[in-house]
Amino acid sequence: MTNASLTHLRQLEAESIHIIREVVAEFEKPVMLFSIGKDSMVMLWLALKAFYPGKPPFPLLHVDTTWKFKEMIRFRDEITKKLGLECFVHTNQEAKKAGINPFDHGGRYTDIMKTDALKQALSHHQFDAAFGGARRDEERSRAKERVYSFRDASHQWDPKNQRPELWRLYNGRIAKGESIRVFPLSNWTELDVWQYIHLENIPIVPLYYAKERPVVHRDGTLIMVDDERMRLKEGEEPEMRMVRFRTLGCYPLTGAIDSSATTVPEIVHEMLTATTSERQGRVIDRDEEAAMEKKKREGYF
Amino acid sequence: MAELSMDQILAFLDRHEKKGLLRFVTIGSVDDGKSTLIGRLLYESGGVFDDQVAAVTSKNAEGKEEINFANLTDGLQAEREQGITIDVAYRYSSTEKRKFIIADTPGHVQYTRNMATGASTADAAVILIDARLGVLQQSRRHAYIANLLGIPHLLVAVNKMDLVDYGEAEFNAIRDEFQSFCDKLDFDAVSFFPVSALEGDNIVKRSERTSWWDGRPLLAHLEELEVRGSAEAQLVYPIQHVIRPDLDFRGYAGTLAAGTVRPGDEVKVLPSGKTSKVERIVTYDGDLEQAFAPMSVVLTLEDEIDISRGDVITTVENDLHISRKIDATVVWMAEQRLEPGRQYMIKHTTNLVSGAFTEVHSRVDMDTLEDQPAETLALNDVGHVTLSLNRPLVLDTYRANHVAGSFIVIDRLSNVTVGAGMIRSHGEDYQADSATVARGLTPTERAARFGQKPCVVWMTGRSGVGKIVVARALERRLFDAGHAPYVLDAARTPSIDRHAQGEAFGPLVEHAAVLLEAGLLTVVTFTSPRREDRAKARELLGADARFLEVAFDAELATCRARLQALGRDPAEAEQAYESSVDPDLVIDGDELNIEREVDRLVRVLENVGAIGI
Repeated sequence: MTNASLTHLRQLEAESIHIIREVVAEFEKPVMLFSIGKDSMVMLWLALKAFYPGKPPFPLLHVDTTWKFKEMIRFRDEITKKLGLECFVHTNQEAKKAGINPFDHGGRYTDIMKTDALKQALSHHQFDAAFGGARRDEERSRAKERVYSFRDASHQWDPKNQRPELWRLYNGRIAKGESIRVFPLSNWTELDVWQYIHLENIPIVPLYYAKERPVVHRDGTLIMVDDERMRLKEGEEPEMRMVRFRTLGCYPLTGAIDSSATTVPEIVHEMLTATTSERQGRVIDRDEEAAMEKKKREGYF
Repeated sequence: MAELSMDQILAFLDRHEKKGLLRFVTIGSVDDGKSTLIGRLLYESGGVFDDQVAAVTSKNAEGKEEINFANLTDGLQAEREQGITIDVAYRYSSTEKRKFIIADTPGHVQYTRNMATGASTADAAVILIDARLGVLQQSRRHAYIANLLGIPHLLVAVNKMDLVDYGEAEFNAIRDEFQSFCDKLDFDAVSFFPVSALEGDNIVKRSERTSWWDGRPLLAHLEELEVRGSAEAQLVYPIQHVIRPDLDFRGYAGTLAAGTVRPGDEVKVLPSGKTSKVERIVTYDGDLEQAFAPMSVVLTLEDEIDISRGDVITTVENDLHISRKIDATVVWMAEQRLEPGRQYMIKHTTNLVSGAFTEVHSRVDMDTLEDQPAETLALNDVGHVTLSLNRPLVLDTYRANHVAGSFIVIDRLSNVTVGAGMIRSHGEDYQADSATVARGLTPTERAARFGQKPCVVWMTGRSGVGKIVVARALERRLFDAGHAPYVLDAARTPSIDRHAQGEAFGPLVEHAAVLLEAGLLTVVTFTSPRREDRAKARELLGADARFLEVAFDAELATCRARLQALGRDPAEAEQAYESSVDPDLVIDGDELNIEREVDRLVRVLENVGAIGI
């Protein structure tokens, strides 16, 4: 019997569970950031496994920009109720009152409604560790991200000042006011995530599966008209198309792809034949060179 | 792949699900073509999307489209600006047979820290050697560090073969020279590959241009090489977290560091040494018949034993050690040097303890790879040290078990990880030492902590003769020199008469005895008027400590005047007093030069060995 008898997925699973338990054991007030996406669901699934037969001893936190797909919110409420988990929902109320929206405020919108809102919520609840579902394979700037990512008291990330991580020994010592972001899925790839969802039959938001949805063409992507707040440009006419989403976020900023995949194996099939990386669907990445690195320095995931 | 049927997809998922995992580290500098090699591996194994390739494709001088493989793997903005790789980057690729986690580490001299980090979790190391330059000192250093971190498989990619016309002689010369160096190290296997990362030779497919070579290409070797599992080793299960959802369930969550466990197995909990039987292996997916490393599970035991985070469940007969003293090889990772004697935090398995480096034995000269005498370690140094911990750890050598044999060193003030350690051996077992523990601390042990030996300076003489001023000055002098003195005078012990004698003298001696027991350099300034009492004190205290009688002598008028100045009754000086017969030191209270008298007292303390010279 050797390591080889534990498949790569089970090794990844064991590593992630180890990380989640380690954080719970060493931090006073952890929270799990719940974006409602597939990675979040895998992370939550691993947390359920980590503390079974108990429940994960931390709440979930969802930063609601108020522009998420309706189906995401419905799914969030259903799954947290079904699992009996506490889920804090936080919105940057001031910005909402000021009318900050993805149409008029471009890149600043994400800063204000996601990054700032997340910092507000973390500071308000005084969480000292926040689990996030980010993976290193998502984007080049994440290849060097640690599993424990340190943030100073103002939630800033300094790429030059991250701690070396050796073996399975994570250094969880922080000063008062400081916090960490923890990425238990660091070593998972997109294919691993789908494979695991398939293997474990993990529920995910139906938006990942293809369905007839009302979309418009905009800047080379398909944007779904999820509600009446969608501002149509001149000449834009919503049309019903079989589409699905590879990543989920705020609907006016998330591109759909033409697809007929209605099951996980079909999604994997599409993925294997796909020629563009997952983040292509995210409009925010294209704002500027090294966009993610900048966002990360500022406290966005 | 677009024509795949659903059956083929399901078959693919099934195969992918059953794949094994190999973690390897790539070591080499930018000039060796390491980024190009990894870019090539990712590209050829389908780990790169078109948009990513497009982003790094440009027209070359002849107007031909060319993929810059090195740019596929570049990371942070800061590093792109500097044009060097400054940190460990993790890449992922997958073939039909295996998933790979690649730790990409820079190979410059100053980046031992990054290499050690990347190597710590690796099953194999790929080292690049530039075929034109041959074996450099840097190549030896890379192999040395890979070996230090216990990596079993070394793969040597002799790169840029295209620039030496794929010459067999060039390749063989490098192979023979490097193989003979590696023979001195401890790898399970060392293999060599003539490659060109730029041209793709022998990376994924065997190259026609090296027909003289009959090996497998690099990727095929990575797919096939055998990973040494630890499931057959003895059970090592460090407890991470106790799970108690309700009063009926008490489970111990952890990740198996080594070995296999089954319900019914007899186990021992360390460091307590209590034994029990495994009742259940609990998981979300149902109870298991067995669990093996590196699975994360929850165990329940048949008996109610007090177990908490940091304890280790192992077999009844085991080779683990419980010790407060470890000899280790440490890689220093911080700008601030290692400070012997200073307290650091040590994280080992799921334990966090404090401790100090009591000794730095040597550091490795990274040019000669030989040990040199050293007193400290600086950034990127590797050295041999002894650590003394404030509480014992359940440990093993790094060679026997990477989990139970490794630790990180954390700075208590900055909280930064400043070092990484691999246990070579350990001090005496804590259990074997239990007799010492039961006895408690001795005065000698306590005094040694303060750099002194148990000693009492018994000052005697009439009131007003000057004992207290001299005693206070001595106390200050000793304290400032790092010792632990204490002056026992009437002001500090109001319950004892300052002229106590006979029966009342007993409690004074008892007080002094407690201070000696605490390991303090004890100075007594009571009058002690009777010779017989002083002799009794010497007899009682002198058995376990040095006893110095210091006689103060002065004219009555001097004593009266001094008492008057202190606002005390001058008549006290005239109480009956029996002068000393054979004191260890006499101090003249008439011509009192405090500094000089303290010098004399210190000299006497040194002479009797109470304090070091």
